[in-house]
Amino acid sequence: MLPTPDTSHVPYTHVYEPAEDSFLLLDTLSSESETSFLQSHFPASNHTPPLILEVGPGSGVVIAFITANAASLFGHTDILAFAVDVNRFACTATPKTARNAVHESETGGGLFLDAVQGDLTTPLRQGQVDVLVFNPPYVPTDALPTITPRGQKEEGKFEEESRLLELAYAGGKDGMEITERLLEALPETLSERGVAYVLLCAGNRPEEVKERIRAWEGGWRAETVGNSGRQAGWERLCIVRIWRGAT
Amino acid sequence: MKLLTLNFLTCAVKACKSSSESFPLHPKDAELAQDEVELNPQLLTNILHRIDWNALRTTATELGFPELPGQAPTEEELQADEKKMKDLHNLLIETQLMEGKLVCGHCGHEYAVREGIANFLLPSHLV
Repeated sequence: MLPTPDTSHVPYTHVYEPAEDSFLLLDTLSSESETSFLQSHFPASNHTPPLILEVGPGSGVVIAFITANAASLFGHTDILAFAVDVNRFACTATPKTARNAVHESETGGGLFLDAVQGDLTTPLRQGQVDVLVFNPPYVPTDALPTITPRGQKEEGKFEEESRLLELAYAGGKDGMEITERLLEALPETLSERGVAYVLLCAGNRPEEVKERIRAWEGGWRAETVGNSGRQAGWERLCIVRIWRGAT
Repeated sequence: MKLLTLNFLTCAVKACKSSSESFPLHPKDAELAQDEVELNPQLLTNILHRIDWNALRTTATELGFPELPGQAPTEEELQADEKKMKDLHNLLIETQLMEGKLVCGHCGHEYAVREGIANFLLPSHLV
């Protein structure tokens, strides 16, 4: 098993702590079927390092894992890793987690670029991302927290901490409001060879989500490539791989 | 943030995405720092295959670096010229934008950079 990056430096009062969903992403990305997909999709012989983007990395555990274990996942370490998070504390934590993990890696790992603060993929130039990973706020909720702090300084520390943590889990209607926005942006965000890994829970109705993606213009595919959790209930999780074309 | 990262970023305003003026973003009041990163010659030459060289030239000039040639150096040129390789590595990967702003050439919006982290969240009237 590949090592899980150390996140002991991350302030969990302000940043989502790695949990079952994070670990499902690690297990799925390092599974035999996904490493063989990634290796044939992004071979070293391409001489064009894929850009890996994680949206909402939180502690950085997933993007750090990908960067540090690039040799096992991609068959080479010629990759660039990048992250966008709405939470500034996550933007501070993620590069540290990634650099530590690369430093610990026996194979050296890829190059972690930066984390920037932003809303989903909005800061990205079109068509640049080759692998996008998203562990969304997927819990069905009545309302969504505001992306930027609502009040000014007088707003309490406790309110700000709960807003940040809510941003990490609250998904609005069907838990899909944020994921829908990310999915809508995929065709313009991904490169021609681009592939996205999106985590969904049973409450998000993954079968319907996949059908909708398959109906997009341009020959899109969507397959479940990882599963975990309880056998019943909305918390059952899966990872859906989304990509263009015949392979 | 690295200058290489700037090559992948643009204005977060939806209406600016289709404008060529929104890329690259223009650094303003920039404070730079140097990180030490081990040079990986293969990765560096491969990076040249995927970046927008003209945008990098613009960024480098705006930050006061010596002007880059009109065309990206070829793999052979880089392998034959260690100094060129090191300079490019320094520019793309070691140079960090720590403080300042990134300005969109289309809408004029300024994105703040603090402690090396750029903030692309838009005020509600621009979303």
